[in-house]
Amino acid sequence: MASNVIELKHVKKIYGTTIKTEALKDINLAFEETSFTSIIGQSGSGKSTLLNIIGTLDRPTEGQIFINGKETSKMNKNELSTLRNEAIGFIFQFHYLLPEFTAIENVLMPIRISKQKVTDEIIKRANELMDLVGLSKVKDNLANNMSGGQQQRTAIARALMNQPKIILADEPTGNLDSDTTKQIYQLLRKINRELQTTFIIITHDRKVAEEADRIIEIKDGEVNVDVTNQQYRQKD
Amino acid sequence: MLPLQIAWRFLTSSKGQTLMIVLGISIGVSVQVFIGSLIQGLQISLVDATIGNSSQVTITREDDTEYIDDYQSITSEFLNQYEDIDVVSYAIDQPGTLIDDGETNPVLLRGFDQERSNAIYQFDEKLIEGRLPSTDNEVIVGDVLFEDMNLAIGSSYEMNVVNIGSVMVEIVGVYDFGVTAIDESWMISNLGTVQSLIGVGDVVSRIEMQVSEPFDADIIMRGLQTDLGNDFEVTNWKDQNADLLSGLNGQSVSSIMIQVFVTLSVVLGIASVLAITVLQKSKQLGILKAMGIKDKEASLIFLSEGFFLGVFGAIGGVSLGLGLSYMFTKFAVNPDGTPVIDLYIDPQFIMLSAGIAILAASLASLIPARRSSKISVIEVIKNG
Repeated sequence: MASNVIELKHVKKIYGTTIKTEALKDINLAFEETSFTSIIGQSGSGKSTLLNIIGTLDRPTEGQIFINGKETSKMNKNELSTLRNEAIGFIFQFHYLLPEFTAIENVLMPIRISKQKVTDEIIKRANELMDLVGLSKVKDNLANNMSGGQQQRTAIARALMNQPKIILADEPTGNLDSDTTKQIYQLLRKINRELQTTFIIITHDRKVAEEADRIIEIKDGEVNVDVTNQQYRQKD
Repeated sequence: MLPLQIAWRFLTSSKGQTLMIVLGISIGVSVQVFIGSLIQGLQISLVDATIGNSSQVTITREDDTEYIDDYQSITSEFLNQYEDIDVVSYAIDQPGTLIDDGETNPVLLRGFDQERSNAIYQFDEKLIEGRLPSTDNEVIVGDVLFEDMNLAIGSSYEMNVVNIGSVMVEIVGVYDFGVTAIDESWMISNLGTVQSLIGVGDVVSRIEMQVSEPFDADIIMRGLQTDLGNDFEVTNWKDQNADLLSGLNGQSVSSIMIQVFVTLSVVLGIASVLAITVLQKSKQLGILKAMGIKDKEASLIFLSEGFFLGVFGAIGGVSLGLGLSYMFTKFAVNPDGTPVIDLYIDPQFIMLSAGIAILAASLASLIPARRSSKISVIEVIKNG
């Protein structure tokens, strides 16, 4: 049985000091290595908060998060930065490439942030990733000179550059058309299979969610549904 | 160096904005360089005109009527101990009247140790006609006196001193110090001429000095006064030119004030523009932080931007300032074509101005750099 790469124990998130809003209420979840999970829920349900907390971009008010078996709540800002750089790749809805850099330079950015030397081998890997996401031809374009789908694929390649164990994606196809959405999900599944990367993807699109092995629904800050793909389809 | 490269890309990706900031800094620096060179030039020429060809520290007897007889030993015993004293010269003065065809004119007969005093007064350069005195009773006179009394080179005239007597002096040359008070009254001769006129032995009335740092003349003066005791009076040019000094000081202070305010406005300009840049680039910062860039490196991006802006601003400013100075010396000229004010281009001062600009720009970027470290990834992601 695969081990858990991410574990959440009694995670709570409360916003505000005078008027308190409980965005997450006692979340207990574990994600196995190489799993492909989708998180669904209505807007405001707390799914993005959950993903940000998993990704150490935000801290929980209570509870513990273990990434690769290490508890993150005790880490300082710099340690969290290093953890994010090495273990987690992010894909956001609004691509967030650095427009001042070319596609390949954006892909190499996580390596450079980690202060590794950009060796020929690393450049080769970056090129392979560009191949994987089908962007070899436009890799020297500045980020702004690419279509939305190309930018998102660049962001995916970038998320993979440091060979992280975990990819967290928040509505990665949120503002892409349905054909491109389909291509992107096929790509993510392919990466999941070939590189054994764990995926947690937030989506509001049920069709997209159904592509995942496991589907979690968050409602009012709680886990409402947590089922396998099969169970989910049967339920429908 | 990733932060440096990111900073460079940020700057080059918005060329117009960058160019405007660099231009802003350049203008600030050029004003500094120009004003600084102008004021320094002005001061140097003023100081030079005032004390360049005169005694900067002078020793006389406390009692004006007495002479200094041990001047040689004072020199060897005390003056030679001061490294800052460049030139020591001796003079003996006697006021009197020059008589020509019944016409009289008050003059000051100054006997100098020719060789030593030439280093202070540069008689050889001031001489416009004839030659310098070489033997006793030969004198040179100023052009004003020469013309006023219609004197002639090679002729002898009587110089009379009340209660002492008279001596015949031969005019061998004419000088022009450019100072009427001197040119109409000084008759320059050697020590022996004056000594024998007064009927004294080998004595002098003044020991005159020039020092390597004229503005330290008062310090040397105090040292010498202590060394020589109360029988002697030591004076320095600063005490005698207090008005000039306060003028120079006022000028320096106003020059520094201008430079401080120019620097301040440059700093504020850079700080505010970079603060806006932080907001413009918050998306990029957010994603860099999500990818694991540390706060310190994120801050370094903006510090580097400040540094780059400072460096280019300084280069531009120094070139602009020197260009401006050059044009000033070419276009602001006297009728004879010489510049109204000789600018003093001091490489050290220019380096300092450039250094201050770079430092100021880097310091100005501290505020946006601090701001950048406070940018939260969550905020950036939420606001798309």
